[in-house]
Amino acid sequence: MTESGVTRLRGEGLTLAYDQRTITRDLDVTIPDNSFTVIIGPNACGKSTLLRALSRMLKPSTGTVLLDGNDIHRRPAKQVARILGLLPQSSIAPDGITVAELVSRGRYPHQGLLRQWSPDDERVVAESMRATGVQELADRLVDELSGGQRQRVWIAMALAQETPLLLLDEPTTYLDIAHQIEILDLCAHLHEEQGSTMVAVLHDLNHAARYATHLIAMRDGELVAAGQPREIVTAELVERVFGLPCRVIEDPETGAPLVIPAARRRRPGAPALAAGALAFPA
Amino acid sequence: MLIAVAAASIAVGARPLGLGEVWHGLIDPASAHYAVVHEMRLPRTLLGLLAGAALGLAGGVMQALTRNPLADPGLLGINAGASAAVVTSTLFLGIGGLTGQIWFAMLGAAAVSVLVYAVGGGRGATPARLALAGAALNAALFSYVNAVMLLDAAALEKMRFWTVGSLAGADHTTVVRALPFVAAGLLIALATARPLNAMALGDDSARALGAHPALVRAAAIVAITLLCGAATAACGPFVFVGLIVPHLVRGLTGPDLRWLLPYCALLAPVLLLGSDVLGRVLGRPGELQVGVMTAVLGGPVFLWLVVRRKGIRT
Amino acid sequence: MIVLRTPNGFSVRLHPRPLAVGTGCALLALVVGVLSVGGGDYPIAPAEVLRTLAGGGTPAQDFIVLELRLPRLVTGLLVGAALALAGAVFQSLVRNPLGSPDMLGFTQGAAVGALLVVVAGGSTLALSAGALAGGLATGGLVYLIAWRRGVEGQRLILVGIGTAAILTGVNGYLLTRAQLTDASRAMLWLTGSLDGRGWTHAVPLLAALAVLVPLVLLAFGPALRMIEMGDDAASALGIRVERVRLMLLAAAVLLVSLACAAAGPVSFVALTAPQLAKRLTRAPGPNLLPALSMGAVLLVTADWAAQRLFTGHQLPVGVVTGAIGGAYLVWLLATSRRAVRL
Repeated sequence: MTESGVTRLRGEGLTLAYDQRTITRDLDVTIPDNSFTVIIGPNACGKSTLLRALSRMLKPSTGTVLLDGNDIHRRPAKQVARILGLLPQSSIAPDGITVAELVSRGRYPHQGLLRQWSPDDERVVAESMRATGVQELADRLVDELSGGQRQRVWIAMALAQETPLLLLDEPTTYLDIAHQIEILDLCAHLHEEQGSTMVAVLHDLNHAARYATHLIAMRDGELVAAGQPREIVTAELVERVFGLPCRVIEDPETGAPLVIPAARRRRPGAPALAAGALAFPA
Repeated sequence: MLIAVAAASIAVGARPLGLGEVWHGLIDPASAHYAVVHEMRLPRTLLGLLAGAALGLAGGVMQALTRNPLADPGLLGINAGASAAVVTSTLFLGIGGLTGQIWFAMLGAAAVSVLVYAVGGGRGATPARLALAGAALNAALFSYVNAVMLLDAAALEKMRFWTVGSLAGADHTTVVRALPFVAAGLLIALATARPLNAMALGDDSARALGAHPALVRAAAIVAITLLCGAATAACGPFVFVGLIVPHLVRGLTGPDLRWLLPYCALLAPVLLLGSDVLGRVLGRPGELQVGVMTAVLGGPVFLWLVVRRKGIRT
Repeated sequence: MIVLRTPNGFSVRLHPRPLAVGTGCALLALVVGVLSVGGGDYPIAPAEVLRTLAGGGTPAQDFIVLELRLPRLVTGLLVGAALALAGAVFQSLVRNPLGSPDMLGFTQGAAVGALLVVVAGGSTLALSAGALAGGLATGGLVYLIAWRRGVEGQRLILVGIGTAAILTGVNGYLLTRAQLTDASRAMLWLTGSLDGRGWTHAVPLLAALAVLVPLVLLAFGPALRMIEMGDDAASALGIRVERVRLMLLAAAVLLVSLACAAAGPVSFVALTAPQLAKRLTRAPGPNLLPALSMGAVLLVTADWAAQRLFTGHQLPVGVVTGAIGGAYLVWLLATSRRAVRL
């Protein structure tokens, strides 16, 4: 399906705009196959916009998003949905729906008027629930679950779509730290177990550095850097992208880069910081 | 501006009068136009002033109270409640006098205020939820009024002009009877201006600033009830007057209610009388009822307000 | 959930409870219908009604049942079903249980169309045509005004309400314009009535619904269920949200306009039937089929009550549905203390 060197999902010359406001201009981006790509950047840098464009939610003003070499907007929507899945930032769980029913809705792209519930559907739904650890909650009402559990259910629904590519729009934003790690561990596990390509927009830089196999840093609608976290996460990059003076050390748990923001004033006994680190940009 | 419109209101009609004649008609009992001016035009103008002020003020208070720029006593069913109560009292209980009707109208207005607030979601109400609750209540109450008019042909004839909202058929007694209620409502509304300012930021902030949210809310509802009840009993239910005026005034005065409310009370009659004059001009030799005019003119303004808001999120 | 599978890979999923509610209401509607047809100034026992339907009645019974009462019943069933289906679709699209076409200006638009005909002195057939045209025109207008990169629920609600208010004013004006005799007739029509509805009303409605109902239920129903989860989630599943929304809105407006053309703007059926059905089925989703049946049974029951409640005095069915609507709102208020998310 893909020639060597050509990835399944990429964008070329993307100019994305909402109502007169241009977010990105002529942006090229490539999502490496089988990677866990994370897009980071400050607020309003265009990372969510980019994800929406990649997932077919937003039509680019110019440029194309290519899925398997074809313009994603030219292909039938249901066909795309069998290849590319999206976990939106906020979805509405209908009143009174159980976990099993919600997850089974993810099978929609594979179903039709006369193929409403095949044995495949049943198997995939069970597997998705098992993979996300919600199979015991199958008959519970989604409304009754905690934030972390609910997010796992939505991920199970995205998994049930059985897509080789999965996009996640800020999957951890409304969760507390324990649940954030829980979800990210789950995503990493799914990425390893199923070999799918995952693209997530994350707010937390350290989470991104820890979990991503490929990192894309954006600022003001431009791609500042892309590559493995170990290679690109440096103090210079963080300062350039976020305007945050910091230093980068190795995470003792995972060996990934760990960003430590500079302290406001020097504490007695603390090692001296570089002179420039104390000057905060305007 | 107010004086100009008022003068125009007196001047225009089936037999238009010049300004000089208007002046003579006002002060000179021997003038040929005295009767016309005093019996028909003046009361009508005064009623328009009164009703306009009442509705404009009620709209301003309502928008502040619900923190909802699309609140309007007509849209939210409050005028319909007053109207239904008046119809009931007139036709079933035989209450003829305006004062009696006003009391019933206020009862209806109060009941619906509470109902729409609760059905619309209480404190969690968004513009759309509240508007829908109001629309539902509007529908229910109008359906009731229509049913009554249907079953009683005499009632239909008597009421079908009134239910549209009209300043015709006004006389001195109407104005005099409605005045105390409107005045009371006015005073209470103006008194709530400062506390409502504080509540604009939320109940907790308001308490921190020394206001009592529950008390203020109750007072505001009482004011709205008095104002809408009196206005509706006197002229029938109007829509949009209370909605548009605060928006226009806000452009001039800013959101401070201590300025906003008085200006609402001044500007709203201009709008109402203006619509009335327009209705009389367009509808010669008869007239287009002012209730129709406010609906047809005010509606597009409402729609423009809705369309202009970028992305109404819940 | 029951699944029926065929050897060559086809499968159909059935949910027992909604299905039971749907068929139960349909049966109830038929029972009420038979009783309704049998009552009135010339009572006919249910057994005889059935016999007449099968073709074995006396000429008098044939006339009364087949020419007078049956068309009224059939019209009532169809109007109730159409209104309820439209209501369910709307409530699902705007994600608000109060979002019914009565509130959003479409019935008022149909009324404007009809009243224009009354003022101009047109025939009954012209009245129906006017209503149909008015409803459809309003639908188009509201959609255009509310459109902005698509039509979003909250915006649609507000534009609809504004339009409804304007049109109510126009209606009020038209009412005052009409001669008094016409005004009574107009008033009667505005309330919603099944009086004197014959086969000329029932047959076109039947034909239209035979096309629209399967279209809505089968072609767009499953997509509607997904759209309830949010536009993004539905798009992610491969649904062209704006296109589906447009189709559904068009179908719903058409249903409402047809219902108004047949019986006038009967209030509150579109609002309450879907909600009642939902509470019975307790199933998530738009519950289109149960709503449809509930609407049918609601309207024929209301009509039966309207005819029989006050001896010697026939009420138009709209009065009874108005009362039902009022009661529903009061009940909603009472239960809103349980933090019902509206």
